[in-house]
Amino acid sequence: MTGLGIVTSLGQGQADNWAALTAGKSGIHTIARFPTEGLRTRIAGTVDFLDTDPLVAPALSQRFAEEAAEEAIAQSGIGTKGDFPGALFIAVPPVEMEWPQRQAMAQASGQSGDITYSDLQRAASSRAFDAWHDLFIFATVADNIADRFGTKGSPISLSTACSSGATAIQLGVEAIRRGETKAALCIGTDGSVNPESLIRFSLLSALSTQNDPPEGASKPFSKNRDGFVMGEGAAALVLEDAESARARGAKILGYVLGCGEKGDGFHRTRSSPDGAPGIAAIRAALDDAGTAPDSIDTINAHGTSTPENDKMEALGCAAVFGDRIRTLPISSNKSMIGHTLTAAGAIEAVISLLTIAHGRIPPTINYAVPDPALSLDVVTTARDARVSRVLSNSFGFGGQNTCLVLGDEPA
Amino acid sequence: MSKTSMSQRDVVVTGIGLVSCAGEGIAAHLEAFTAASPKAVDIERFAPYPVHPAPALVLDGQIPKKSDQRQMEAWQRLGVYAAGLALESAGVKQDTAFKAAMHLVVACGGGERDTAVDGAILTGLRDAADPGAYLNEHLQNDLRPTLFLAQLSNLLAGNIAIVHGVTGASRTFMGEEASGVDALRNAQSRIASGQIDTMLVGGSYSAERPDVLVVHEMGGYLHKGDFLPVFERAEDGEAGFILGSAAAFLMLEAAETAVARGAKTFARLLPVESDRPRREPGSVGRSLSALWDRAGAKPDAVISGATGVRAITAEEGAALAELAPGVPVTALGDLSGHSLEVTAPFGAALGAALISEGRAREIAVTTVGHRRGEGVVRLSALS
Repeated sequence: MTGLGIVTSLGQGQADNWAALTAGKSGIHTIARFPTEGLRTRIAGTVDFLDTDPLVAPALSQRFAEEAAEEAIAQSGIGTKGDFPGALFIAVPPVEMEWPQRQAMAQASGQSGDITYSDLQRAASSRAFDAWHDLFIFATVADNIADRFGTKGSPISLSTACSSGATAIQLGVEAIRRGETKAALCIGTDGSVNPESLIRFSLLSALSTQNDPPEGASKPFSKNRDGFVMGEGAAALVLEDAESARARGAKILGYVLGCGEKGDGFHRTRSSPDGAPGIAAIRAALDDAGTAPDSIDTINAHGTSTPENDKMEALGCAAVFGDRIRTLPISSNKSMIGHTLTAAGAIEAVISLLTIAHGRIPPTINYAVPDPALSLDVVTTARDARVSRVLSNSFGFGGQNTCLVLGDEPA
Repeated sequence: MSKTSMSQRDVVVTGIGLVSCAGEGIAAHLEAFTAASPKAVDIERFAPYPVHPAPALVLDGQIPKKSDQRQMEAWQRLGVYAAGLALESAGVKQDTAFKAAMHLVVACGGGERDTAVDGAILTGLRDAADPGAYLNEHLQNDLRPTLFLAQLSNLLAGNIAIVHGVTGASRTFMGEEASGVDALRNAQSRIASGQIDTMLVGGSYSAERPDVLVVHEMGGYLHKGDFLPVFERAEDGEAGFILGSAAAFLMLEAAETAVARGAKTFARLLPVESDRPRREPGSVGRSLSALWDRAGAKPDAVISGATGVRAITAEEGAALAELAPGVPVTALGDLSGHSLEVTAPFGAALGAALISEGRAREIAVTTVGHRRGEGVVRLSALS
C-alpha cells in the first residue's frame, strides 16, 4: 500500500482522523440532515461537512469516495493527475430511488387521487426527470470515479454488505497477484444515512436506541451494548505490486499480507451459533498471510456494538488465539465513528495502517461496563505499542465474513 | 491492462441453470433459441410497457422450505431457483461438502419495493402537515421488516448459501450490464490463475416491478407497445429495451478438476474481455472491435445482448457485420428480453448449452450496456 485516504464523521484526511481517534473523540451526534421526529434512533455518525445536490446516498457516497481517493493517490504519487495506472474496485451501498425524488415525481404527475407507480411512470415519461436515471442506477458512482481518476478497465462495484470495504481490498490484492494489473484503487464508501435506511435497520432491532448522549451510544464489547450506530464515510487505498512500487521509488506504507473469507448459510442476519464461519475467515486470512496467530499484535475488531456481533467475534477470536486473547489488544473504531457499513472494512484497514505507522492503538470508547462474558483486552485509551501486524475483521448480513492481515513488512 | 503471463488453466462450464419467459432449464432455452422469438410478452400488466414475464415455477423443487420462499422477493426466488438448476446440472446438488467449499460471484441489483406502501405514503405525504414526521411514522409502521432483506444486493448470494448450502464465500457485483460481464471475467480469471478451482457465477433480475420501470423510463430507455425484434427498433418511438425477468447461473471449473471428478463439461470459457471507454459516437463499435480482437473471437454464432437502445444497438450491429461477416447473430432480447446484470451470464450459459449440443463450435456473447461498458465472452468446444 502506497496511499491512503479517509473521510469519517470525525473529519477529512488522515491527520484529522488520527488525532480525533487517538483522543477518543466521538463523531456520533443527533441527526440534523432530516427530521427524526418519532424515530426510535435519532443519532448517527453522518458526515455533515461534505454536501451534494441533490443530497442522495449515491451522490454523497461518490463525494466521500472522491475526497478519499484524491488523498490516497496524492500520497502514493502514482501515475499522473486523472491517469491512475490500474484497476478500480469500489464498495458502494446498493442504490435506490429516494423519497424526495419519488415525491417530486408524484407531484409532477398531477395525480390528485391515490398515487401509484403508474403516476410516477407518467411523470418520468415527461422527460423532465431524465437526469435522475444515472443517479439511481448502480454503476454510476464507479463510472464517475473511473472518469475522474482515469482508472483502467471496467470498474467493479461490489457489495458484501458490512464487509464490502474489505472485499474491495481483497479483489485488488487478487488482481495484482494474478498479474492483471500493477496497481489497484480500492475504495469503500457509504453516505446512506437517510430516513428509510435508518428505519430498515431499526425495524431489524439492529440499532442502538440510547440517543442521549449520542457519543455514548456505540459501546462495543460492553455489557450494556444495545445495537450499532450508523456512520458514514469513505476510505481509499492505493495497492501496488510491491516490486513495481519499489522500482518507482514509492514510499511503502504497509502490506496486505493476507485476505480470508468464509460464507455462512445459517441465517440471513445472524451467524452460525458455533461461530465456525467467522473462525474460518480469520484462519484463512492468517493462512493466506503465511503466518500464525502469534504474530498478530492487535485486532482491529468489527465490533459493531450489537449484542450478537460482539459475542460472536469474541468467541471467534478466542477460538483462533486461545488464551492469548485475554492479553491481545483489541479495539473497535466503531465506538467513535459508528458503523460505516459498506465503507467499514476499508476505513478500518486505513486505521489499521495508521496504527502500525504510529505505534499507537486507538481506543474503544464507552467501555465503562465490560461484558464479563467476553474475556478481551479492550483498549480503552490510546495505547502505545509496537505494532507490526494487525488483523482487521469484517462481518456482514447474508453470511459475509472477510478478514485482512496487514503488516509493516512483507511476509 | 496487460494480461498475466502466468500459466493459465482451462476453464470449463460444468453446470447451467436458466430461467426466463422461455421456461426453465436447458431444453426450453435451446428451443427458444431455435424459435428466435420470445415465448411470452405481457403488454397489459404494466402498459404502456411490455415485459417478458417469469415462467410459472414450482418453487418447492429448488426452494423446499416455505419460510425461505417467503423471506425472498421475486428476483431472489428466480436466482435461487436458477442456481439450484445449475447445481443439479453439474451433478453436485446432493454433495454437501462440495457445495460448502464452493465460492459464488453474483451480478445483480436489488432494491425491491412494497409498491402499495410506497403509493399510500406518497398519497398521504401530499397533504401531511408535517411531511417529515409523516414519512417517519409510516415507514416505521408500514414497512415489513424483512423487506430489507429483499433489498440488499448481497442477499441473493446469502439466500443461495442458506437454501443450497453454497458457503465457500460470496461476492456480489453491482452495476447493470457490465457487472454480469465482470462477474464472469473475475470468476474465469480466478480459476484460470489457480486461485480457486470451482465457482458458481450468475445473476437474476425481476422485470415485473413498476419501480424499475420508473427508473428506466427516466432517460427514455424503455420500448413501448408491441414486441419488435431488438435490431429492428429503428424508428422514433420504437427504440429501447423490453425488460425480461430472468436468471442464469453457470458452474465454472478448472478443466483438470472437472475431469478428475468425472463431470460433464458443456464448453470452455475463454478469458472474458470488458472495458468502459467514455461513450461518444463510434465508441461502442471501436470498443467491441478491440475486445473482439483481444478475445481472439472466431465464432460460428453470435449471441448479442443488445439492448435496442438505438444508436448503440446500430453501432453494435455494424461492428458485428464487420467482425463476423455472415455469422448468424441472435439477440437475447428476442428470446427473453433485456435483463441487465443477467445478460452476460445468460448468454454464456445459453452459448455453452448450444456448444454441448454440437450446434456451434465457438460462440461469442456480446454485451453493450445501455449506459456504459462493453464485453465479449467467448466459449468454445472442448477439443
